[in-house]
Amino acid sequence: MTLLGKLDWSAVPFDQPIVMGTVGVMVVAIVSVLSWVTLRGYVRYLWREWITSVDHKRIGVMYIVLALVMLLRGFADGIMMRTQQGIAAGGAQGYLPPEHFDQIFSAHGTIMIFFVAMPLVIGLMNFVVPLQLGARDVAFPTMNSISFWLTASGVLLTNLSLAIGEFAKTGWFAYPPLSELQFSPGVGVDYYLWSLQISGVGTLLSGVNFVTTILKIRAPGMSYMRMPVFCWTALASNLLMVAAFPVLTALFAMLLLDRYLGFHFFTVDAGGNAMMYVNLFWVWGHPEVYILVLPAFGVYSEVAATFSGKSLFGYRSMVLATMAICVLSYTVWLHHFFTMGASASVNAFFGITSMIIGVPTGVKVFNWLFTMYGGRVRFTVPVLWTIGFMVTFVFGGLTGVLLALPAVDWQVHNSVFLVAHFHHVIIPGVLFGAIAGYNYWFPKAFGFKLDERWGKAAFWCWFIGFHLAFMPLYVTGLMGMPRRLQHSDVLAWQPWLLVAEVGAIVIFAGIICQIVQIVVSIRHREQLRDTTGDPWNGRTLEWSTASPPPAWNFAVLPRVDGLDAFWAHKQRVLAKQELPVQQHAYRSIEVPKNSPVGFVTAFFAVVTGFALIWHIWWMAGFGVLGAVATLLAFMFRTKDEVEIPADEVALFDRAHPVEVSL
Amino acid sequence: MNVAVEMDAVRHGELLDISEAGPAPKRIIAGFGFWIFLLSDIVMFSALFAGYAVLAKASAGGLTGAQLFDQRNVAMETALLLLSSYSCGMMSLAINSQRYLATFLGAVVTFLLGAAFLALELNEFQGMIALGATPERSAFLSAFFTLVGSHGLHVTVGLAWLVLMMVQLSLRGFQDVVLRRLHCFSLFWHALDIIWVLIFTVVYLMGVLP
Repeated sequence: MTLLGKLDWSAVPFDQPIVMGTVGVMVVAIVSVLSWVTLRGYVRYLWREWITSVDHKRIGVMYIVLALVMLLRGFADGIMMRTQQGIAAGGAQGYLPPEHFDQIFSAHGTIMIFFVAMPLVIGLMNFVVPLQLGARDVAFPTMNSISFWLTASGVLLTNLSLAIGEFAKTGWFAYPPLSELQFSPGVGVDYYLWSLQISGVGTLLSGVNFVTTILKIRAPGMSYMRMPVFCWTALASNLLMVAAFPVLTALFAMLLLDRYLGFHFFTVDAGGNAMMYVNLFWVWGHPEVYILVLPAFGVYSEVAATFSGKSLFGYRSMVLATMAICVLSYTVWLHHFFTMGASASVNAFFGITSMIIGVPTGVKVFNWLFTMYGGRVRFTVPVLWTIGFMVTFVFGGLTGVLLALPAVDWQVHNSVFLVAHFHHVIIPGVLFGAIAGYNYWFPKAFGFKLDERWGKAAFWCWFIGFHLAFMPLYVTGLMGMPRRLQHSDVLAWQPWLLVAEVGAIVIFAGIICQIVQIVVSIRHREQLRDTTGDPWNGRTLEWSTASPPPAWNFAVLPRVDGLDAFWAHKQRVLAKQELPVQQHAYRSIEVPKNSPVGFVTAFFAVVTGFALIWHIWWMAGFGVLGAVATLLAFMFRTKDEVEIPADEVALFDRAHPVEVSL
Repeated sequence: MNVAVEMDAVRHGELLDISEAGPAPKRIIAGFGFWIFLLSDIVMFSALFAGYAVLAKASAGGLTGAQLFDQRNVAMETALLLLSSYSCGMMSLAINSQRYLATFLGAVVTFLLGAAFLALELNEFQGMIALGATPERSAFLSAFFTLVGSHGLHVTVGLAWLVLMMVQLSLRGFQDVVLRRLHCFSLFWHALDIIWVLIFTVVYLMGVLP
């Protein structure tokens, strides 16, 4: 089988009913969605309006759809692990064999970080940042599309590993020497590496794109200290992407060279140094935490200000705290492995920096509290998620301060105490924020609000389920339970693990509520319609245009003369008791032309990745050539913008007047 | 959109702060974005440098840097690359005054110098491999070939890019988009010099220290 490299029929795990069942369900789902799309004649529409779209709003929506679909996959992995750990105690072996369990915890971590959390925050930034900046698009719209589709390529490869071959059994960070060829000879680690290399390129390009967008194309008058806080957090997050993701790329390149060409970066022989991998991994990995968390902090800031009817308390301190976290995030990486054996002074340094980074985070929490204090708080769904976040995150942060003490860390290192801690910060710190943002900006994206009742039900299920699922792990962690156990002999842990299982089921109920929320909202979209463009009485510029906004975002570029530009404008209008007369000299607007480059490049990236995983060299060459040819074709195209005539702009703008009411 | 209505009254002269000037022109955006990309590329190299620094002494009983590096060869490589940066600078001047012949001449000289650099580097690699100093031999050699090879790969990409830009220039002339790309190319080419200076210092000079 040299033509197909290492690939043959034995790669498909026909003997594993759980895997085959999952694959079957996925195939049926994909086939039925595709045939529904084809039968209803939506293919052309999808291709023209979405797949080839370079509009930042469309790309943002696609990122979030991708993330929500992958959330289902990642959650399924999670609840499978909880079930296995709940039942496999003492004599019972559970239903997942070790080699399958190992793949599940690796896939769960990889998917949740790279293909749920990342696309959620990048999606929100895509949709919101240009609108908040008063810009017409991002700096490099076609590159934005390439970024998205490369992320989707990584997702596709990761999911392919379920049906063809296997996924890594090394944990989501693939530490060598376990991840070296000697100890992981299968394709699992290769799936992991190539998926993340390909999607990592997409993320890096996103970072470049958004740093440029935020620094170079803000509306006239929007100086740095007039930017909404979400834009500041997005700036910090993207700066971190630019500065952290190349480290991951270099690191994975080294591991790939070890695995493919017999290099010795991290091997146990010939001078390789496995701890170098661990260091470099967390040089990326800790900033990554803040790449994810900071934009969520931005969402909370917007939500707290909007629904309290007040401007954000301590805007300057919020900006300062954001940028302080951005810098400090590079000074704490060693706290992920205090047990490496570094000297006491090294551990003490990183222990202290890890505690210091809690200070700006504390500043933020107080700012949100003081924003709500004395405000007229409307308890909408985004506000519930925000308050739920504050309550939960503070405790998760406190367990982090515990872990920052090297002496304590040595006791609970690699236990489920750690698992409880990082879920305790990342779920409220990223996921709650993303869901708050999703509920908050949904009407802007689609022109109708999401159903409140189901949204609130989803929140309570998640909130209660989260605590049920993760608080017990602190207890079993302190009782000495290591993470990633497929089976345990300690029956004293089992009651706690069963409580955690119940928690996972309650979270599942929350996810079902969210699915129902979407269905109900689409059904009742006429009642939930947002005709004003400003359903929440918002403060920032995205609420000053129609919902959903036109391709060009703003008919006339807004002029900004202070913080909360739209709010200030509304106050002036109300003071004058009249709407300003709409007499613009509308000009024609150039918007970037749609392009299939992103999709086609990503197609070839998948081909290349798949070929490299299975050592099908001719196919890898074909994939690389295809991708290069696509980019060359893009380089030589002559027309990259479409002009929207002034009449059309005027027509749309007059049909969507902004209403100002209290 | 009504915010604009009210604020049209703000005269442009009142926007004293440069950060309030509104969207930058495309030329600035493209150049700035490429700067950011180059920074990310330099971060990637910094990880490779870190890897090299950790493994530089891990020769696992094989040949060491002091035994392998040929200072004369490295001096010539350095001279070729720095000269190519100079000719690239001359090309940029020719582009600024939109002179075709001088631009092409600058490109040809840059290309030849870059290609000569690459030839010397490949020759060096070949010599090392002939001595049994392959990347599979030791962690030091793995790190060496990866770091120096990544730079060489960048030079190769740069050469291909330069050829493409000359094709575009001859097809389209000094259009804005071509000018932007040529500007990005020159940024890229100079960045490779910076990285080479570090390689020269960290790998070749410090590598032969007793």
